[in-house]
Amino acid sequence: MSSLRKFLVGGTTLGSLAFAAEVPKIDSGDTAWMLVSTALVLLMTPALGFFYAGMVRSKNALNTIMMSVASLGFVGIAWAVLGYSLSFSEGNGWIGGLSKAFLSGVGLEPTGAVVPLTVPHVLYMAFQATFCIIAAALVSGAIVERMRFVPYLVFITLWSLLVYAPVAHMVWGGGFLGKLGAFDFAGGTVVHINAGIAGLVAAMVLGRRKDFGRQAILPHNATYVVLGAALLWFGWFGFNGGSAVASNGLAGLAFVNTMLAPAATLVVWILLDILRTGKSTAVGAATAIVVGLVAITPASGFVSPMNAIVLGIIAAFPSYFVILWRAKTKLDDSLDVFGGHAIGGITGALLTGVLAQKVFNGIGDGWLYGNASQFLIQLLAVGVSIAYSALGTFVLLKLIGALTPLRVPVKEEGMGLDITQHGEEAYTSGEGAILVNADPIAPATRARAVGGTD
Amino acid sequence: MKMVVAIIRPEVLNGVLEALFKAEVRGLSISRVQGHGGETERVETYRGITVKMELSEKVRLEIGVSDHFVEPTVQTIIRAARTGEVGDGKIFVLPVEKVYRIRTGEEDTAAVTPVF
Repeated sequence: MSSLRKFLVGGTTLGSLAFAAEVPKIDSGDTAWMLVSTALVLLMTPALGFFYAGMVRSKNALNTIMMSVASLGFVGIAWAVLGYSLSFSEGNGWIGGLSKAFLSGVGLEPTGAVVPLTVPHVLYMAFQATFCIIAAALVSGAIVERMRFVPYLVFITLWSLLVYAPVAHMVWGGGFLGKLGAFDFAGGTVVHINAGIAGLVAAMVLGRRKDFGRQAILPHNATYVVLGAALLWFGWFGFNGGSAVASNGLAGLAFVNTMLAPAATLVVWILLDILRTGKSTAVGAATAIVVGLVAITPASGFVSPMNAIVLGIIAAFPSYFVILWRAKTKLDDSLDVFGGHAIGGITGALLTGVLAQKVFNGIGDGWLYGNASQFLIQLLAVGVSIAYSALGTFVLLKLIGALTPLRVPVKEEGMGLDITQHGEEAYTSGEGAILVNADPIAPATRARAVGGTD
Repeated sequence: MKMVVAIIRPEVLNGVLEALFKAEVRGLSISRVQGHGGETERVETYRGITVKMELSEKVRLEIGVSDHFVEPTVQTIIRAARTGEVGDGKIFVLPVEKVYRIRTGEEDTAAVTPVF
């Protein structure tokens, strides 16, 4: 998406994009692919819920999965009401305006968006909504097993409007980073650095879990972690492939890169595991897939497939060692949102500035192909998104925390958040459960089976 | 010899084990049990079906000890398992008629004395 947008925003005129000046028409092929892509990306959020839920203790499994599921609702609605306008309407360099609030002017025609479209504007809005939804859900991984649910809902809803929307506007919606020519094909800075840094800050503001560093906190279901990673990879074909906002060669390139880069990261990660401990772990493999996907996200429509493999190989190292290092610190970024998403996103965003090739993306080269300035632009975009996300998340959490406690009491942390926040258990046997308000008089006659083949 | 049976909260188990090992009480078994000790019932709802959970997850420790180890064991468990809320559990001290160590055939006190 950013490629098309850059032509428009940057005012670049290339022959291949001359159609932008014509009256835009809906392309049925593009529309079909974007319909599918939107559904694919939406699936990633519950997939993330499984990825995260598998990594926590069984007494917090439902709370953790609900942190992702709730984002589908709260952030999805906030996006339609306000978020889309703040991200993708004319404003200043930092944030959009209110002209598209309540989806005003967002119709079935491919007109009115800040980018030239060949799909219905309203579909483009929905596609972008799925990005905001998963970005907010990603943050939850840093603060699992201790945050009260209602302040969490307030946090992700406001975060999507006050932190996500400005960064999306800066890079994609006509803001200053996009105008400078920052390359972010599908959300390395907007989604992953943004969410990763927000997670780091949230983990610091909320503080450590009471058991952190005192006893082992182990994943209660490693197979869910792998299931989540598998569904994330599947959905990511829409995330990156759909970011071409067309069903064309560029979408094909992004799609292939989305397959190859995580594969390369996975190979390196498994080998690193084996070299270091003699055994490769399944949770590690699932993490590797996500890190590779995060890293290729900004680059997916800018680099060649062979360079996507190079990028995937390189991206394994910083995240692998940051995650190992983090476990030894006092920082309880519980599910390594920083190590996976911020570090993976930074690696990917910077390597996009190195490995980009004009023959593949039609826009510009990276450092390796003679355009060192692209690397500096990437560096600036990374720096701005880190700074804005950190500041915005910190202020937001401190404000909410001033009104209501962010954390559950220590006793409830011990019992687990499934019972205390949701009144449900993930794995209940049903033994000892007594019906409340049950009819005290047993039915006199019981329905009897009347023969037949049932 | 006595058998110390303790029913404790699952979330204090790690702390209790750590305290017991520090008090040099070794040789114990645990099992996960469900029980009711007068604590307030939890109310849970599944698709409109509201239930009171009368049974809570508990952990049962079984520790065979020689007589002079009974008091330290009991005090250690009380210290490490107490939260002050209803539902902290119970400790039972039972007489034991005979103890054998399977590996050596040692009997009684010799059988429950830890090997260093």
